[in-house]
Amino acid sequence: MLKYSFDWSIVTSGKYFEWLVSGLKVTLELSAVGIVCAFILGLIIAVLRMSHFRPVRWIATAYLEFFRNTPLLVQIFFWYFGSYKVLPAVVNDWLNSTNFEFAAAAIALTIYTSAFIAEDIRSGILSIPKEQMEAARSAGFSYLRSMQYIILPQAVRITVPPLVNQFLNLAKNSSLAMSIGVMELTYQARQVESYTFKGFEAFTAATVVYLALSVVITALMDLYNKKVLNPHRA
Amino acid sequence: MEEALNFQVIIDNLTYFMIGRYPNGPLGGLGLTMYLAVVSCVLSFFGGLILGLLSLSRHAWIRHPVNLFINAVRGIPLLMVIFWMYFLLPALMGKTVPEATTVIMGLTIFTSAYMSQIVRAGIQGIPKGQTEAAISTGLKPWQAMLYIILPQGLRNMIPSFVNQFVSLIKDTSLAFIVGVSELTHVGTQINNRTMAYPTEIFIFIAAVYFVLCFAFTSFSRWLEGRLAWRKSI
Repeated sequence: MLKYSFDWSIVTSGKYFEWLVSGLKVTLELSAVGIVCAFILGLIIAVLRMSHFRPVRWIATAYLEFFRNTPLLVQIFFWYFGSYKVLPAVVNDWLNSTNFEFAAAAIALTIYTSAFIAEDIRSGILSIPKEQMEAARSAGFSYLRSMQYIILPQAVRITVPPLVNQFLNLAKNSSLAMSIGVMELTYQARQVESYTFKGFEAFTAATVVYLALSVVITALMDLYNKKVLNPHRA
Repeated sequence: MEEALNFQVIIDNLTYFMIGRYPNGPLGGLGLTMYLAVVSCVLSFFGGLILGLLSLSRHAWIRHPVNLFINAVRGIPLLMVIFWMYFLLPALMGKTVPEATTVIMGLTIFTSAYMSQIVRAGIQGIPKGQTEAAISTGLKPWQAMLYIILPQGLRNMIPSFVNQFVSLIKDTSLAFIVGVSELTHVGTQINNRTMAYPTEIFIFIAAVYFVLCFAFTSFSRWLEGRLAWRKSI
């Protein structure tokens, strides 16, 4: 049934190994840019979504719902193929002067993930009973100080695990960037396959790398849950 | 450059966007997207149920390998799973496999792993006393699970299942990569043919997905509220 001779050497050394390594580098770069930007944007959206001014809240909600309920791939295509008609000329010029594939993928990943992050941050803050805010206010703290000293320190602690989960999702989702020609890990694995016909080895190598990323981050999260969230549980 | 948008291209190709060349050719566009999502959803419901139950097995030799499999699938991108199917399926079956089948298999394996976590949480959410009570009335453990725990757990899982279905609808767009002519693929095709309207085409496609997914997201929220209300009385 299955006649296939394995040749693992092609993915452990030489030219194809270098392709995969360079792919991993791009995946990590794309993920790093995406994580930083998505976190900042997500934080802003979360704050806007809790605004007392209704139109602002409404716009933030619309943003969130739209980008969460649209496939990432379509968003990537929009930024890559279609954004030039709606962006100002200055932005287009700047984007064209950069590595445009990378930029389009980074923008799409940032916006898509920021919508999920905003909800995680918001539910983290809402999970703190509002009596805490009332108590802080009646103890004489201003709104901002209450946030700073009472609410946020608690909210951040419980928001970290879902946030890290989103970061991990972003790293995995960055594989979609291959569809517009960003030479990240999945793209390179496919390149190796089409040059050598050694698909099994190439995809195993890429899978192992993705798994290693997940395993390391999941292990760190378990440690965090044990040490920070439930320090007193036996 | 800022240009005026012209949505005529959408109107001209509307049937193609919705059903592809059907009924004179294969189903495509939104119709195929829905087909892929519904078939994968049904299959991964059962896949998730089986994996979820096995992952709670009392026997470590069942539980551990199953959990390893679930976590491995959850640890890699969906695109990777689809590529694996793309060349593992023909090798295993010894013949070529249609692209749509490849995608359905990939989506099913991927989503089953996530569904299993919903099943697991749903079952663990039922108080242990129920199992004990069921077993003390003479039911075997599997009967207690099947007749007492699962029916209650499944009801609580419904909103999460609907959310997972929304993810599935979005994930079917990846079928584009192996050349299945679902909505996203049709969009790129029309874009390649007409050249001048990428913005209009991708805004339209995004809007179609949005309407569909948002409807189900809202439905899931409504269900969640209803279940919470029923539980409270």
